[in-house]
Parts: sequence; C-alpha cells; structure tokens
Amino acid sequence: MEALLAIVIGVLYASGVYMLMRRSIVKLIIGLALLAHGASLLVFTAAGLTRAVPPVIPYGEKAVTGVADPLPQALILTAIVISFGVQAFAMVLAYRAYQTVGTDDLDDMKATDT
Amino acid sequence: MIYAVLSGFVLALLAPALYRLSARWSGVVFSVFPAILALYFLSHMEAVVGGEAVRVAWPWMPAMGLELSFNLDGLGLLFALAITVVGTLIITYAGSYLHGHPSLPRFYLFILMFMASMLGVVLSDNLIALFIFWELTSVTSYFLIGFEHDKDTARAAALQALLVTGTGGLALMAGVLLMGQIGGSFEISALAADNAALQGHRLYPLVLALVLAGAFTKSAQVPFHFWLPSAMEAPTPVSAYLHSATMVKAGVYLLARLSPVLGGSDIWLYVVTGFGAATMLASAYQALYQTDLKKILAYSTVSVLGTLTMLIGLGDKLAIKAAMVFLMAHVLYKAALFLVAGSIDHETGTRDIRNLGGLRKTMPIICAGAAVGALSMAGLPPFFGFVGKEALYEAVTHGNLPVTVIAVLTSMLLFAVAWLAGIRPFSGAETHTPKHAHDPPWTMWLGPVFLGCLSVLFGFMPVLPEKLLSAAASSVLAKEVHMHLALWHGFNALLVLSLVTFALGVLVYWQLETIKRVTAFALPAVHRGPSHWYALWLRFLNWSAVGQTRVLQNGYLRLYLATIMTVTAVLAWYTFLTYGDVTVVAMDWGDIGVHEWVVGLVALVGAIATVRAQTFLRAVMALGVVGYSVALIFVLYGAPDLAMTQFLIETLSLILFVFVFYYMPPFKRFSRRVVIVRHAVIGTAVGAFFTLLVLVATSVQWHPTISTYFSENSYLMGQGRNIVNVILVDFRGFDTLGEITVLAVAGIGVYSLIRLRLGKGRGS
Repeated sequence: MEALLAIVIGVLYASGVYMLMRRSIVKLIIGLALLAHGASLLVFTAAGLTRAVPPVIPYGEKAVTGVADPLPQALILTAIVISFGVQAFAMVLAYRAYQTVGTDDLDDMKATDT
Repeated sequence: MIYAVLSGFVLALLAPALYRLSARWSGVVFSVFPAILALYFLSHMEAVVGGEAVRVAWPWMPAMGLELSFNLDGLGLLFALAITVVGTLIITYAGSYLHGHPSLPRFYLFILMFMASMLGVVLSDNLIALFIFWELTSVTSYFLIGFEHDKDTARAAALQALLVTGTGGLALMAGVLLMGQIGGSFEISALAADNAALQGHRLYPLVLALVLAGAFTKSAQVPFHFWLPSAMEAPTPVSAYLHSATMVKAGVYLLARLSPVLGGSDIWLYVVTGFGAATMLASAYQALYQTDLKKILAYSTVSVLGTLTMLIGLGDKLAIKAAMVFLMAHVLYKAALFLVAGSIDHETGTRDIRNLGGLRKTMPIICAGAAVGALSMAGLPPFFGFVGKEALYEAVTHGNLPVTVIAVLTSMLLFAVAWLAGIRPFSGAETHTPKHAHDPPWTMWLGPVFLGCLSVLFGFMPVLPEKLLSAAASSVLAKEVHMHLALWHGFNALLVLSLVTFALGVLVYWQLETIKRVTAFALPAVHRGPSHWYALWLRFLNWSAVGQTRVLQNGYLRLYLATIMTVTAVLAWYTFLTYGDVTVVAMDWGDIGVHEWVVGLVALVGAIATVRAQTFLRAVMALGVVGYSVALIFVLYGAPDLAMTQFLIETLSLILFVFVFYYMPPFKRFSRRVVIVRHAVIGTAVGAFFTLLVLVATSVQWHPTISTYFSENSYLMGQGRNIVNVILVDFRGFDTLGEITVLAVAGIGVYSLIRLRLGKGRGS
C-alpha cells in the first residue's frame, strides 16, 4: 500500500503546489486544502502503516503492543484541526477581499488603495 | 577593569533620566564620571610604566574559546587617559555649548556610550570584542555627527561617515576572523607571541589588506579621508572629541596594537608608510584652502593621522617613539583648538576665518588657549608640539629621504595652517561678527586652558610624560624601550631642519594667496576625486538596490511561490541525488487489497479533478472526495480518531466553502498556456520528490521509535486507554493548548472579518 499512497501523496502535493500558484484566490485556498491532505498522509505513511488495531489499551491491561503507532496520529490530529482553522480564516479573508476589491484575481489586488 | 568599561554604557542609558535632576549643571555633573575613570587609570600608572600589563579576563563564550579580556598596557593606558581626560573636558564644555538644546539628554546618552565603546576598543585584548566596540564607536558616531538631525547636511555627513567606516569595519571583521583562523586565537597577546605563523601564511597579504582597510577608513587615510571634514557637521564638542582626540585615532591605535602581530614585513612597511605619507601631505595641502575654522582643523587632523600612520609603518624604535610623542602632543593641542573654534562660533556666530579678527581683546582667555594650541601645533618651542616634531624629524631622518622631504613639507604647511586657525582670528583689527563676542563661561574655557597648560608643562618638562610614552612605545614594539625627551637637544641637524621649517612656514603664511593660486591645479585630484567616487559608488548601490527590488519584490504572489517552490525542489532533488540512497526504494504492489486500490485511486482522481474543475462547485466537490478518501485511509490503517476528525472537519470545510464562495464569480482562465505548463512542471517536481521521500522514509528506520514509550505509559502515567488522546491532552498537552489558541485566534479573525464593514459605520 505504501507505493500507492506515495503516488497519492505526490499527486496531492503536485496539485496543491500548482493550485497555490493560480491567480484566483479561491483556487489558492483550495491548493492549501490539498496540501494539508498531502501533509497528513505524508506523516501517516512515513511513520509506517499497519493494518493492526487502533492504539487503544483494552480493559484489564496496563499496556499494549502490536497496535498502530499513536504518535503520528496525535500529530496529524493537531494538523487537521490547525489547517481547518487556517483555511476557514483564509476563506473569510478572501471573501471579504472580494467584496471590497470586487475581484478574485490576485494580480488586481496588488495596489493597497481601492 | 570590566566595570570601568561597561559602567559607561549603564550610565549612558541612565543619562536622560539623570539629566532631569540637574539640567543646569548637567555637563559638570556628567563630567565627574570620566574624571573618576581618569583617576582610576592614573592609579594604574605605576604598575604599567613598570612594565606590568594589567590583564583581566572573563569567560564569554567558553564553548568557542572566547573570553572577554581586557589588557591595560602602556599603549592602552595612553589612549585610555586621552579618552577620559579629554572626555571630562568635552562633557563639561558641551553642557554649556549645547545648553538649552532640546536633544541635550540624548547627547549625553550618545557621548557616554561612545566613550565607553572607545575605552572598549583600546583596552580589549580579544579581537572579537575589539571589533564589537569598534563598530559601536561607528554607530554612536553616526548619531553624534547627525545630532542636528533636522539638517540635511548633517544627516548626509553622518551617513557618509557610517558608510565609509562601516565598510571598513566589514573588511576588518573579515580580517579579524581570518587572523583568528590562521593564528588559532583571538587574543592579541597570543597572536603577537607567535606572529611568524601568521606572517608566513599565504593569506597574510589578504589579512593585512582587510585590516588596513578597516584602519584606514576609520583614521581617514587617503583615499578615504573625505568623510572626516564632512563630519564637521557635528556639534563642536563632538568634533573635538571624536574627530581629533579619539575615534579617528582608533585606526592608528589598531595599527599600533597589531604591529607586533602583522607588522615588520616589507609589504607593511611600504603600504602603511606610503598611505600615511600621502595622507599627511595631501591633507595639509587641502587645509590651506579652507576658510571654515573647523574644516581647517579637520584637514590638519587628517594630516596628523597620516603622520602617525606613516611612523607606525616605518615601525623602528625611533619611529614608534616619535608616533607616541606626536600623538600625545596632537591630543593636547588639537582638542584645545577645536574647543576654541567652538567657543568662537558660539560667541561670535561665525567660524569663517575671513570674517574673524581682533578677538584677542574681546576673548582674552580663549585667545590664550588658542595661542598655546596653535604654537604647539606649529611645532614651536617651548611647547610639547616642538618635542613631537623633533621626535618626528629624528625618526624620518633615520628613515629615508622621500619621507624626510614629505615630513618637512607637511610641517611647513601645518605651521601656516596653525597660524590660520589659532592666531589669525585673534590678531589684526576687530571685525563685525553676527554676535557681540565675549569670553564664554568657565566651563567652556576650562578645556583649552587646561590642555594648553599641559602643552606648556610637558614642553618644559618632557620628563613628566616620558615614562608613559616609553611604556606605550614598548607595547607597540613588543620589547622594552626607554626614551629620553628634552626640549633642548643642542645645536644639531634636527634643530636646523626645524628652523628651516619655521622659515618656510612663515613664507607660506605670508604668501598664502600666491601659493594657493599657483598650486590650485592639484586640488581637484586630492579633493574632488575620492568624494566623487564615493558619490558614484553610492549611486550605483542605490541603482542596483532599486533594480533588485523590482525584480525580486515584484508583488506577484505566484512568482514568489514559484521561486520558493523551484528553489525547494531543486535543492531537495540535488541533495537527494547527491547524498541519497536510491537503492532502498522498492515499489511493492503485491500487498494492496482491492478495496485499498479503490480508495487510493478515488483519492487520485479526486485530486486531479479538483485541479481540472471548471466551476467552483465541482472543485469543492472533488476536494471533498479527496478529504473523505483520506479519512477512509485512516480507517483502514488503525486510526479511527483521525478518521472521525477528518470526516467531521471535511464536512465542516465543505459547508464553509460553499457558504462563503457561493457568491464568488465562476472560474476564469487567467493564465497563458506557457505559464500553466511552467507551474505544472514545478508542481510535478515538488510532488515527485515527496513520492520519493515517502518511499525512502518507509524503507528505512534510522532511529528507534519513541512511540513505545507512549504505549507503555499511557495508562500507567496518563490514566487513559486511548493512547492518541492521552498524548494530546497529557504528554503533549501544551501543544494542544497552542492549537486551541490558534483556533481561537482564527475564530476571532473570522468573526471580526464578517462583522467588519469598512467605511459603512461600525458593526452594522
């Protein structure tokens, strides 16, 4: 599965970077979202995949072995939430910029006076 | 000793506050500090002239073998005394000179800070510390020259001084670092003890060139001499202090201090002596053409700096002795003359010598100070300047003929210049001046009179400073020397040479206008040339800065991103192909189940569809497909928490996307095909690298994983069975707190952006 996921991650990064460089601010934000997905999968896959059970300690036991790696999961969980925060803010900012400037073309937003 | 140096900085910071306590007598109050320091340094006199250097060292960066070390030897003591004694007089003077000036508190801040930096320069034994103090003097001098910051000329002069000395400072830094690398130590005393290694090194000429660039810019040697006369825009106390007695001597000090390390070679002899000799003659010549009292003094100062440089370049026993005597004589008379010039300016409202005359009647005390200074500068007996000039002649006549001729010519010119600056404003008939002239308050004549007394005292009894000067010369020569100074050497060749000089000097002064007219052809070469190059260089810098900014800071986000991404991709690929191990990459397609193929391919298709979507809604839907596929991958590989979060967040994002962008215009095709292809190539390069990175990362495990720690301790220490959750809220609890903060900030941002209505009233 690593081979397939590696390609998925590569495509997500490629499309994310490509979208970041568009002139439309909406596409830029979509690019951010794609990059965020790519990054989550990158950490997830690079840490090593297991089809094993989730990292939960069963009742009656004090520790557990042979479960999925909990550390990357904790990191990704943080990443997902943060990237959501960033995207939400960027979306609203873009929307307000569009309302004020009247365009979603970044090249038209170069001047600070409207 | 560290307190002696560093307390100046502390006092400087407190100065504006202290000023309020005693605004009326602030100059006198602040001058107590350098006076105390001067007494402190005097108390070390006996030990130092006895040949013991007082050395103290504190560990600074022990990991790098650096220590903050100060070394008080003869040379350091001579300079430290010049700095503190003249500093005392200058601050006393400035309190009256700048009385009522709104920025006076700031003046004390800068001048005290400058004084502390200067003490640091002359006392540091560590080259790095010396360099830092050196740069501090440049920075404080920038503020002091530009003190009248509402004047264009003052700002330009300050900037010029900073750029010239700052450029030299950069060269010096490179030279210092090279010296440390080659010599294996940054301690000057250690480097001097083993100078053969440095002088035999193949980079020695480069080191020397860099250090000399630092010293020559600081001490205003030709062709960098133009900044010093411009710096006369500074208030006169600053000129007297920085530009005659102390800062400009830092370059000379550096040459003297490093001559045991770098000196003695042929290249040192020719370069240092050559530049010094050129400077002393060219500047003395330029001084003749000035009419501004301060500019006359400035050019003559440059000339003296050249003389000192030339003597240090010669580097033999007589030359170094002469340099020390000449230096002391110069400090005494030049600071006095500057203060006189300031007093004349302050009391009459002009310092143009064509408008001044007959001041001996209205300013008798100042006149006395000026006369002593001028006669000492002219090298007449019985003043200390005469002793200095005799020492100079003794050194050059043992040197060679060209230097002797230059020294005599320079002394002849300076004789006339001294008359111009110190005698002429007081002699002749009274002239009409903008203000009615009278003697200034005691705080302003104390300096010239005190220094004048020293000039006379040391002139009659040169035995007094003899020991200190011997000790200073010993530090420069790195061996013990004793000198015997006397006013009267008997009737010998030197005296004849002096008499010839006086005769020629009188002739020059008498026939000044004729000489100026006849020799005016040479003026543009020495005067206009260097400052013209400076202007050209500045213009080139500005032009190239504007050009670079236009190209690099073009304002197009996608160009920035394209640049960043390209550089990242190129560097990453380069590193990987050069140092990476591609053999570990294995593509294993056998372990993929059917459902996994489906999820993976759906994610791929979704990503491509997002990029290719023509309408906004399709793009968002395709993005949703990607997000849900990612969530499914989390489910398949034992991460239900992630999957849950991802489903939730993805749904929320989609709603938000649709909600916010519903009213946005449909996608337009902005970019040309070639741009699209270019961006696609960049994207692919980045993406392909990440594919490779994943494949490498999954095939190797360099370090043992730390995850077992969490699995083992989650229940025992964190009392939780869901390990991921325990990591988030317990082991890495602060991370989560940060995350919540980021979300809260984003939330506040979103809310305020929605509520914000620009130009339409508040919170509507």
